[in-house]
Amino acid sequence: MAGNNLKEVSAEYLLFEAKREEKFITGSEAVKEAILRANVDLAISYPITPQSESMHLVGDLYAEGYVKDYFRGENEFAVMSEVAGAAMAGVRVFTATCGPGTLRAFENFPMWAGSRLPIVMAFMTRGVNAPLTIQPDTIEMSFLLDTGMIMLHAENAQDLYDMILLAYDVAEQTSVHLPVGVFVDGFFVTHTRQKVKVIVEDVKLKSYDPSRSPMPTIDMETPPFRYMRDPFVMKSNFISYAAHASWQQEVIAAMYRSKKYLEKYLGSLIEQTNTDAEIQIVASGTAVSQARAAAKILKEEGIEVGIIKIKSIRPFPTEEIKDALKNAEKIVIPEFNRAGWLAKEVASTIKNNDRIVHGPRVYGGMTMPPEIIVEVIKKGTLIGV
Amino acid sequence: MKKEISIRMSGLGGQGVVTAAHILGQAAVLEKKNATVNPFFGAEKRLAPAESYVRISESEIYDVGEVVYPDIIMIYHPDVILKGKSYTMPFYSGIRKNGIIIANYTTEFSLDETDKEELKKSNVKLYFVPATKIALEVGNTELSTNIAMLGYLAGITDVVSLDSLKQSAYERFAGKTKFVASATTAALDESVKKQYAKIEQLISSNNAILEKAYKEAKSIIS
Repeated sequence: MAGNNLKEVSAEYLLFEAKREEKFITGSEAVKEAILRANVDLAISYPITPQSESMHLVGDLYAEGYVKDYFRGENEFAVMSEVAGAAMAGVRVFTATCGPGTLRAFENFPMWAGSRLPIVMAFMTRGVNAPLTIQPDTIEMSFLLDTGMIMLHAENAQDLYDMILLAYDVAEQTSVHLPVGVFVDGFFVTHTRQKVKVIVEDVKLKSYDPSRSPMPTIDMETPPFRYMRDPFVMKSNFISYAAHASWQQEVIAAMYRSKKYLEKYLGSLIEQTNTDAEIQIVASGTAVSQARAAAKILKEEGIEVGIIKIKSIRPFPTEEIKDALKNAEKIVIPEFNRAGWLAKEVASTIKNNDRIVHGPRVYGGMTMPPEIIVEVIKKGTLIGV
Repeated sequence: MKKEISIRMSGLGGQGVVTAAHILGQAAVLEKKNATVNPFFGAEKRLAPAESYVRISESEIYDVGEVVYPDIIMIYHPDVILKGKSYTMPFYSGIRKNGIIIANYTTEFSLDETDKEELKKSNVKLYFVPATKIALEVGNTELSTNIAMLGYLAGITDVVSLDSLKQSAYERFAGKTKFVASATTAALDESVKKQYAKIEQLISSNNAILEKAYKEAKSIIS
């Protein structure tokens, strides 16, 4: 099969050195291109728009021999449980979902982190509320902030491609060994065709080594209940509470230990332009692109604004944000959700947080024309909150 | 060419607005320009409103999502104008000053006075073009309406050249890389390919439609 013809290489070689070519593809196709190089043992799918096309294409990879096993689960809860079982057994997995699918599967995410499973998963964010929407909205990210999962937010298809590949190397470090969610705004990226530089050399990521896991890999001798239902955690006494509490702290510590591995590939957890400008826009995902378009319009009018792109939501770049915003006079935070979770994160991080304009926000599938950001910056008022 | 051109295509599901957007975007990329292409984010089905958006620029393109303020609007079906079968109402909503609208028509109709006034205020040029008629005459199938619309676009504007469109349409239908399409688009692809004994005939039919529409467009604007 075609997959066997690819030579295994280190993550560093794959991401920094392997030969690339520019292709005009959708975000969903970028997912396929990434998984083609990720040496995935098992991928499990369950359809939900706008994620369906990505996992459908991963199914094509299985047919072509690039993914060792693939099947369709019963529903999202089943899929997330099944990838957990496979990861506990020591294989590399991939799956994706979005919006209502994320919520249906939710119980699994803190379980993944607590079980120290290096699962890489893509979330093609979409709205969750009634009335039903299939449109882009990043609200599900706010629900996942405290699950212990590492959360990367891709701005475009290029980020999506690179972040999926680097996520495996970060997730599988012994001192990290946590799930990584790669988030991308549904439709805005998944269904948009754009130029993406993808690897064209016959290489793939070296296979996962389960002996590097900080937790024992399950088999017939080591059943999963060793850590799911070990008696000391199940008893109601102080020692069991303390064990659970320290376990949770260790998960969060592991997440912060991922920082140096993330920085190896991302440079920094934030990316800045125009650092000295008095007005700074802080954003993640598609909102960064809209901010860039707004900055272009403003520049033509002689107004300078800086942009701070946050690439990693968990771990959150607390110190970087504090430093980047220390001299800002006005901070504008555009978001594709009603709750404004990113504005809350930033507000709890910096001094004098009344400098923050909480908005503009669009949700329920709306596009955010850069003109709205321009207007908010000029007037300093809230729109769409 | 203006720095960045935004194009909104409105039509009915099955008319090929998504395919046309892809061919146009790919044509721009062939000309070493930047382009992004995306469909409207709905659960489209045949004859329901469908929209797609193309952004073309010499420099980096950041803005994503719906084109709210288009430079060019292409309307594939009169129902978009007459019955409001569209996600954006009225059909010229958001058009920029000095914008261009290219609208396919099958039978004669006239706009109401308010619409005419609004378009005049923004100095918009509106071209009614018989794209479906050309698709039927030259290609013998109305499924090629979208190809004819692209021919008109190249003739009326300088967004992309006729040659790039031909090359791009060739790659879309007969290229080496398999095109990833939704189930309904794949079914329509099959349907249009069945009209011809060989894929080469579809390609030469597409080229003939593009040329004819392009030539007609040139005579309209001269």
